[in-house]
Amino acid sequence: MAAVCVYADLVAVAVQALAGSGVHVASVATAFPSGRASLRTKLADVAEAVSAGADEVDMVIDRGAFLSGRYAAVLQEVRAVKAACGDARRQVRLEAGELATLDNVRRASWLAMVGGADFIKTSTGKVNPASTPATVLVMLEAVRDFAGATGVDVGVKAAGGIRTAKDAVRYLVLVRETVGQAWLHPDRFRFGASSLLNDLLMQRSKQRTGAYAGPDYFTLD
Amino acid sequence: MTDWDYAPAPESRDVVRLRSSYGLFIDGRFSEPVDGSSFKTVNPASEEVLAEVAEAGPGDVDRAVAAARRAHTDVWGPMRPAERAKYLYRVARLVQERSRELAVLESLDNGKPIRESRDVDVPLVAAHFFHYAGWADKLQHAGFGPDPRPLGVAGQVIPWNFPLLMAAWKLAPALAAGNTCVLKPAETTPLTALLLAEILQQADLPPGVVNVVTGAGGTGRALVSHDGLDKVAFTGSTEVGKEIARTLAGTRTRLTLELGGKAANVVFDDAPIDQAVEGIVNGIFFNQGHVCCAGSRLLVQESVAEPVLDSLKRRLATLRLGDPLDKNTDIGAINSSVQLDRIRELAAAGDAEGAQRWQPACQLPDRGYWFPPTLFTGVSQSHRIAREEIFGPVLSVLTFRTPAEAVEKANNTPYGLSAGVWTEKGSRILWMAQRLRAGVVWANTFNRFDPASPFGGYKESGFGREGGRHGLEAYLAEGNETLGPPKAELSGDGARHG
Repeated sequence: MAAVCVYADLVAVAVQALAGSGVHVASVATAFPSGRASLRTKLADVAEAVSAGADEVDMVIDRGAFLSGRYAAVLQEVRAVKAACGDARRQVRLEAGELATLDNVRRASWLAMVGGADFIKTSTGKVNPASTPATVLVMLEAVRDFAGATGVDVGVKAAGGIRTAKDAVRYLVLVRETVGQAWLHPDRFRFGASSLLNDLLMQRSKQRTGAYAGPDYFTLD
Repeated sequence: MTDWDYAPAPESRDVVRLRSSYGLFIDGRFSEPVDGSSFKTVNPASEEVLAEVAEAGPGDVDRAVAAARRAHTDVWGPMRPAERAKYLYRVARLVQERSRELAVLESLDNGKPIRESRDVDVPLVAAHFFHYAGWADKLQHAGFGPDPRPLGVAGQVIPWNFPLLMAAWKLAPALAAGNTCVLKPAETTPLTALLLAEILQQADLPPGVVNVVTGAGGTGRALVSHDGLDKVAFTGSTEVGKEIARTLAGTRTRLTLELGGKAANVVFDDAPIDQAVEGIVNGIFFNQGHVCCAGSRLLVQESVAEPVLDSLKRRLATLRLGDPLDKNTDIGAINSSVQLDRIRELAAAGDAEGAQRWQPACQLPDRGYWFPPTLFTGVSQSHRIAREEIFGPVLSVLTFRTPAEAVEKANNTPYGLSAGVWTEKGSRILWMAQRLRAGVVWANTFNRFDPASPFGGYKESGFGREGGRHGLEAYLAEGNETLGPPKAELSGDGARHG
């Protein structure tokens, strides 16, 4: 199931616009994208999004706490946000570009999953590098091992830096190779598709007409 | 969502023009053998006969050695080293230009996946010629005396597992050092050596500098026991290596041997498991395990044995076995029915001695020679599958508790060609490397080759090094040694030097 992701103040607008379409509304929260606010503010942010009708809540982990080794603080925050989400599904963004090493990506993935994330996500899309195949591979391996250890399936979202359909296919191959066919489903693997969508539309129209249209025929938003 | 299965993606055979029969490459030309005998070479993936190939007898070996001697005395020996380098550079470039043809032909004749022949074998062949081309005019700086000189004529016998690459490992250093060569490829995989001979013609290499005599054991025996040789280099089984050593004992012919192996791939509890699993797979299933330095014994620390084996089994289930020319194939065909029988025999011995066999669900093609990726657990040091070289896609898994036990078990083998260490601790890698009796120790990787890196064995894995500066030593005499032509050539009586 696709979702439209907006800031918390626009959740109500999006819910109204998408009513009956089957498209979910996701809201970024917890002082997106920096994650720099008190826990009280972050939880208020979440509560606002949920009460406005968001189906999914996106949080970012506290990279400051993580990089200084206060893993318990990160875990506590993930759990507190989970509790505030109620029935809404909760995605945890790791901001892999700021985690610096693949070991950290693995550790942060594990913290997020132990904290109860339904989805783990590479990045906010605001930091470069965002999603790289290596990062996603490590996250997929973490998800696979978590499922093996606990029986809980957690989804992965690759966001940021995936701009073309060809890039996307490379990621889908990674998914198929690492966690198998079952993960090739929107409930378990997703793209952050802001710029990917336009390329996909362009490729589809090329398949239909046999020729590429100019980029101006596809909207830039 | 539709299943993302791999569709067939075969590489086209059209780039290769197979001839129905191939002659011997002697003195710059292809010629028929004296007694006209021949043998067939087959595609091990389909059992289709690819071509008839001439079988060289003693008379042909004589002709080849004589041509090599003439070429050494008249042309290649006196040639300015920088000129020799030009020929080697030209060969390297032609190998690159014709890389697709070489890769397809290698996969057809050997059975290895095109992914490997295309991405490993052929690029390394070119790299080897490039590397030694660079040495040709710098030999006096290689550390073998101020005026190192070529030995003369080298007889070189190579195996079927990396047919073209082994030809390059043998020819490139020998030629760079100013020697001339008589090369005997394996009888099941002669075709790429013959295509390389065509490339040498194309490069205008002077006649006789390289000669290729095809044939089986008899041809090899005639070559290595020929008294016109200054040097013999052999890569192959320990059994044949010993026979050659006995033949050459007490003669003036120099010898280097690169023989079998039973490498330990040691995984410590702090190793990154997914990465180690990739390394284990590459260590034993690369080239169907037809690798003398294959990591055929997995030594895994007991505390992580279970997760490592779980991950390994999951990974093995994703390996694709089948058409070697398919770009998605991971495991190709076993090179010959003889080798397949040997693998089956040793795997059966594993069952009989009490080890537990595990194989993923794996459909084998109806025709050709195939063996599924296999691992044995519950293996002990005394089992045949832990001691003997299987030379196939069969991994024996053993466990250890302490680093000292890992070293003891790893070294407890008649072989000593290679070893692997998987740990996040640099200090432990160095500690292990000091203690492992193996010519190559890979750390957090396996089966990685580079022309600049020497390769060779301890104990029954042979002696001498190939590759890099070290690889030149086997083909050079130090300036103060006097190495005349063999007496046989001077007196014409064919007597062997004592």
